[in-house]
This record gives sequence, C-alpha cells and structure tokens, in this order.
Amino acid sequence: MAALINVPAKARRGDIIEIRTLTSHIMETGFRHTADGKLVPRDIITSFTCRYNGTEIFRADLFPAIAANLYLSFFTVAKESGKFEFEWIGDNGYSSTASASIIVE
Amino acid sequence: MPTTRRQFLSLAGGVTVAGAVPIVTLRPLEATPAMLNAAIRNVVGEAQIRSGRVKLDIPPLVENGNTVPMTVSVASAMTADDHVKSIHVFNEKNPQPNIGNFYLSPSSGRAQVSTRIRLADTQKVVAIARLSDDTFWQIAAEIVVTLAACTEEMN
Amino acid sequence: MISWRAIAAVALFAAAVPTLLAGEIPPDARRSGYSFMGPDTRAMQDDDTTNPGMLFVLDGEALWAKKTGSTNKACADCHGDARSSMKGVAARYPAFDKALGRPVTLDQRINLCRADHQQATPLPYEGRDLLALSAFIAHQSRGTAITAGDDPKLKPFIAQGRALFMQREGQLNLACTNCHDDNFDKRLAGAPITQAQPTGYPLYRLEWQTLGSLERRLRSCMTGVRAQAYDYGSPELVALQLYLMSRARGLPMETPAVRP
Repeated sequence: MAALINVPAKARRGDIIEIRTLTSHIMETGFRHTADGKLVPRDIITSFTCRYNGTEIFRADLFPAIAANLYLSFFTVAKESGKFEFEWIGDNGYSSTASASIIVE
Repeated sequence: MPTTRRQFLSLAGGVTVAGAVPIVTLRPLEATPAMLNAAIRNVVGEAQIRSGRVKLDIPPLVENGNTVPMTVSVASAMTADDHVKSIHVFNEKNPQPNIGNFYLSPSSGRAQVSTRIRLADTQKVVAIARLSDDTFWQIAAEIVVTLAACTEEMN
Repeated sequence: MISWRAIAAVALFAAAVPTLLAGEIPPDARRSGYSFMGPDTRAMQDDDTTNPGMLFVLDGEALWAKKTGSTNKACADCHGDARSSMKGVAARYPAFDKALGRPVTLDQRINLCRADHQQATPLPYEGRDLLALSAFIAHQSRGTAITAGDDPKLKPFIAQGRALFMQREGQLNLACTNCHDDNFDKRLAGAPITQAQPTGYPLYRLEWQTLGSLERRLRSCMTGVRAQAYDYGSPELVALQLYLMSRARGLPMETPAVRP
C-alpha cells in the first residue's frame, strides 16, 4: 500500500517548509453495519508522528472522524540537511513508516 | 492573523444562536452538545477558553460529508516563548466528538495543520488551540453537509 | 407557402447537424464533471500531492513491473515503459477485440493479457489491484483527447449503448438521458447533475472514499433509479461505457479524477 510524501528536496536554512503526507488506509469508523446487521469493527490509524533528524516535530492523535486515505499537511523550519521519518500506527497492529530527505543550504 | 475582536465576536454570535437551537435526535450514537462539551473539557480541563486567534478553514457547504478538507491555523509567532503547543478539533454530531489532536512546537515555524474529515450531518466544528502560556483559544464553524442523490448505500 | 417554408426549415436543420439527435449535447457544449464541482474538490484533483487517486496510480506502477502468472512475466516485460507504450491507450477504450468480435473495456483487456500472456488468474472487478493497474494505465493518457468509438466495427455496439442510455428503467422509470442530456446544471437533492462524461475513470469519489470504476458508477446510478444493475463486465455495461466514451469524444482524460 502506497504512501505519498511531499517534502521539498532543497530549502534555505530558516525557511518554513510544508510537509504533506497521503497514506492508503480504509479508516473504518467502527460505527457502520453490514447489510446483515453486523457491526464492522473499527480499523483506523490512531497516531502519526514525524521526526526530523530524530527529533519529533509533529504528532497527531486521530479518530474515526478522519477521512479514509489519511491526508496531513503541516509545517517545520528547515534547520539542517537530513532525514524526515514518518510513522503511522493504528488498530490491529497497523504500523507503517516512510522517510524523505532534504538538503538545507 | 489580523482577525479583529469585533469581527470575531460577530462570528461567534452567529454560532451561538445556531448552537442554542436544541437538537433532538433519536439516534443515541450521535455526539450531543453535552458530549462535545465533555470532550472539550477532557482536553482543556477547567481552564477558560477564549475566542480568537484560531482560524478554521472548511467549505461552508460541503459536497460530500465523507471527505471534507479542513485547515486550522493559529496566529502565533511560534517562538520558544510564544508558540502553539497543540490544536484540538471537535465535532458536534458525529457518533464521536473527537476529530484530531495535533501537537506542534516552536520548530513548526507556522501553526497550521490540514487534513480531511468526516461529517455525518450538518453541524458545528470546533477548533481549540493550546498556547505555550497554557491559555486556550477557540473558533467554531457551522458546516452544511449536502446529501448526495443516488448514493450506493440506501439508508 | 407556409408548409413549404416548414419543410425547408426542417431540411436545413437536418443538413446542418446530421448526426445529432434530439436531446443530445453538441460537441462544443460537452463538459467534464470537473466543471460542475466546487473549488475544494477541484483543488484535490489538481495537485498530485493531495489527490488520493495518486495512491492507486503508485500501486499500479508497482504492479506493472511485478512478475506474475505461470509465465512469470510482468506487464513491463512486453509493454516496456508505460509512459510511452500506454500513452493515449485508455482514451481509445473500450476497444474492439478481433478475436472476440466485440468491444472490451480496459479492465477486460488487462485480464485478457493476464490470461493469454501471463497465464495468471483474472483480477476481480473493483478489486484494488485491477483498479490500481487501470488507474496507472489510464493516467498515462491524462490530457489526451478521448477518441473511443472511432473504429467503424464498434458502430453497432455504440448504437446498443445509446439505446440503453435512452431507455427508461427502474421503479423511478428514468433513462440516463433524462438527467444527463436534458437536465444537467440543475440539482438533484443537493448535488449538481452533470453531463455524465466519463473523462477521469477510474476516479476517486469522496462518497466512496476510494477509487472506483465507471461500471461501479453506472451500477450506482441504476440503483438510484431503483433498477436492477447489470453485472460487472456484462455486454450491456460495456456497450454503455463505449457509448459514453464516444459521447465524450474530444474531452481530455483526467485519470485519476476526483469527484464528490
């Protein structure tokens, strides 16, 4: 399952940059029923974390009111060249990671 | 953001009037205003919530409640001494009142978060920001959800 | 004298637009569903970093290169780089298949390829893999003008699709044409009625919260008028898709489009 990460490849030191992530996930609310009346169990991403060279810069707790295929956009100050690491954690042991690098001049 | 107090008060006034209409529903799963209030108090505690500083960008009339783009931003210098610690978003009438909690820091540079949310019905969405001085600021918006014709699931 | 003038006027009208039938949308008035939606949904489609349909295109790209079936071949082993080999292909589908003697959809072509060249099991309709592959292939045609139906051998099948489009059905006794030729730009409940131009399939529908095929859309329209929907891959659904694509002639492909 795919994840789309959008981080500028290059930035100047001190620039405020936008990070966008889009992740394939059904985000089943746990409030829906099948045609024969059975409750469809909840299956959502409950937590997202972004680390920049090891330091957490953004974190989110997520609930069933978040739409399927989670989209998140947030900002950070470009401080140094390095790596952004993304981590999604959810129900049923769901865990997924991705990373993106940036060159800061 | 240069939202003047007067502008904001007029916005908040509108919301209060709409919010004052009692919502009668037979479906127990929907978050009642009491549930919304409890969810907010769960995050804020007994602290006073002030109006202002927060901007909530959601289309006032959404084309489909299953995927609604939303941006929350807070007017803040985002310095070590004066920044937004977290943003909390709530809804009034989904089965559960929470939408998301977003944790920021001075290294965020800009206090702005976008995501896509689900709104089960026409309702109020509330965004609250916690600042580094532990004050809370909020905004609310009323969103009209149009129901699509010819949907697959016949409810 | 009056009757002469009337006959002359009718003759002129017929000469000016020989192929256009009553109620049909003239070519220069054809509009993609994109033009009927709000700025937020448009923005979601316009930017590949926010368009959720691109997640499926990415998956399709991986499947294109993945070896499968008892011949252990990938699509790429025969077709090479999809960016060039698949450019414009989806804009011509459904296309006539000589061996079968009938039109096949892009989904059916993928499964024919799997059976004939990869010796692999068919991918189920509306499953993630088939949607991903067809999205990846159709994405290579983004911006290409639709030319489906130009093959003269398709003529009887287009006619069949057109007849289905014009035919009233279901408990509401509505034909596709009643909404999509006669009443586009008006609203049904809160939603705008479009011209039903299938420019962006498979597309991401906010209602579905996933990618879906034109067949899924047609089937939900049929459910909407309380009719029994045709099965996936049925000759009727293929003919309808062919007619709709030929009706959208000249409009650019948008896959993966986003719609409410």
